[in-house]
Amino acid sequence: MYVRLIVKRIIMLVTVIWAAATLNFMLPQLSPKNPIAEKLTQLAATSGVDPASIQALTEAFNLKFGLDKPLWLRYIDYLRDIATLNFGTSISSYPAKVSDLIGAAMPWTLGLMVSTTLIAFALGTLIGAYAAWKRDSVIMQTVSSILMVFSAIPFYLIGLVLIYFLAANTGWFPISGGYSMFSVPSWSFSFVQEVLYHSILPAFSIIIASIGIWAIGMRGMMVTVQGEDYMTFAKAKGLTPRRQFLRYGVRNAVLPQVTALALFFGQIVTGAVLVEVVFGYPGMGNLLLESITLFDYPTIYGIVFILILTIAVSMLLVDLIYPLIDPRVRVDA
Amino acid sequence: MSQTNATESTERVEQFAKEAEWGTAHGMLLGTARYLLRNPQMVLGLILMLSLAGFALFGRFFVDITQASPLSGPASQPPGGAFPLGTDPQGRSVLAVMVEGSYLTIRTGMIAGFIGIAFGSAVGFIAGYFGGWVDKAITWTVDVLLTVPAILFLVVISAMVQTGLNSFGMALIIALLAWRRPARQIRSQVLVMRKAGYVEMAKLSGANSMSVIFREIAPNLMPYLVSSFIVAVAAAILASVGLEAMGLGPQNEPTLGMTIFWIMQFSAFMLGLWWWILPPVLILIVLFVGLYLINAGLDELANPRLRRRG
Repeated sequence: MYVRLIVKRIIMLVTVIWAAATLNFMLPQLSPKNPIAEKLTQLAATSGVDPASIQALTEAFNLKFGLDKPLWLRYIDYLRDIATLNFGTSISSYPAKVSDLIGAAMPWTLGLMVSTTLIAFALGTLIGAYAAWKRDSVIMQTVSSILMVFSAIPFYLIGLVLIYFLAANTGWFPISGGYSMFSVPSWSFSFVQEVLYHSILPAFSIIIASIGIWAIGMRGMMVTVQGEDYMTFAKAKGLTPRRQFLRYGVRNAVLPQVTALALFFGQIVTGAVLVEVVFGYPGMGNLLLESITLFDYPTIYGIVFILILTIAVSMLLVDLIYPLIDPRVRVDA
Repeated sequence: MSQTNATESTERVEQFAKEAEWGTAHGMLLGTARYLLRNPQMVLGLILMLSLAGFALFGRFFVDITQASPLSGPASQPPGGAFPLGTDPQGRSVLAVMVEGSYLTIRTGMIAGFIGIAFGSAVGFIAGYFGGWVDKAITWTVDVLLTVPAILFLVVISAMVQTGLNSFGMALIIALLAWRRPARQIRSQVLVMRKAGYVEMAKLSGANSMSVIFREIAPNLMPYLVSSFIVAVAAAILASVGLEAMGLGPQNEPTLGMTIFWIMQFSAFMLGLWWWILPPVLILIVLFVGLYLINAGLDELANPRLRRRG
């Protein structure tokens, strides 16, 4: 049964990735712009090449990039390249390969996002559960309401406020960057320390804004769970409040949270793009912004594809882990 | 104990009986006011949004919004004198930019949200009402599109059409993906309503399908439509400000997102231009919090089960 579920999920995953890749390929085809002609005209305007040779150059480049082939052949080539994660060479930082650029930026984004997401998830879930448990506590109600209002504000706006008050005004934290301008990335202790110091503000802005999202969901589920018979039974058995709370309440209410974690990964990754831009953090978001300003299409498509892949795979992982957390799913599948 | 409770409730009933009927204007006002008192989120959200809307719509009568274009004043001047909120490094009046920018940003969100709701509810309705393979195809498409992070595709699209983009075009681009969530919500609501007693009843009494759709189902969908409209507007504003902050917006229009972009481009933090940084950030925070509170309030209105006991 479990095997059939896995196969079904993997087929869905491949379909989603294929659909995303196809959209990624088809969208630029709808645009009347020819990136090569555009680039050459731009070059001609700045360096004075005559229009006749541009015509010849365009044809030569079309041949080089395979743009003279029919659409379906290019589509198949594209799918083959995508399957091998080969996104070609970057236009703005030629001759660097897009996959190398992404490989250099990826650890920064993953490090920041995975740690902040897990911290926010743990804190938010606990706060939400506790807010539902202690409905008479004024402090809990105030804290959870404020956090929920914060969850409506995008990460990067909170980031801007934090930069303004904690970096620009007081100088406690660096305004931007992933490490100091003068140091070279290495695995030394001082460099790691520096990276952590630079990531405090970006991490805080993500955590502050996303705790509320988890707290809302958990509070709602916890209220529902509290009405269940097994909660009354646990109380009647004379279990300690702590055991009632953790083993009977939280354990049952946390399930939808885990699903939400997978679904939210997409939103969190895209939210991180702007946090990185605001903080000048050297991750995928900043790479994306640089490629947008320089019209570096191969890099843009590469990043977009990698992000979609990450989201799809994380959703698959959660689907596979889910039966381990909730035994009922195993029976149904 | 129970004695006092009984007297209290009797007093309450008498008090209600003395009040104006719900049918009269006075009664409706009283009823609405009493409801709003129980729903402080809605009140706070409405206050925030109405004051922001007032600022965006009527601000132009008090502020010369032609000063929202570059070179209308000296560069980077602190607040005071002719420019109450100072000027930015390109010589725009920050106050004028805020008035014009909030108007443009809210308008973008409304247009995109409206198109998203109109198209989304049509698609969701068709899927839910007619079912079969149409439903399967639509549901699959929406599911696949929902896994795709919207902003990434918007990045690709606006990077392609960037030159000559205005804030109206921006709204259209965002509307391309704004219909997915409404489509799903409306579909599930229609699925429930199709089987509801009053729809079966109308069918049994010989109403044709047009009459069932427009007289039985549509009126009951209204609360969901209003709530999804607010969510769609908030999402559209979020997307437009995000794209603009990345520099993918209308270069010649002073929207709030473009202001954020220029703030980062000119390293306003290094230059200490606090009068330029704080206003757009605060207005955007008010905007997002206001929409969130109204939506939370509407949720309470549509789902009475969420209402606080006592």
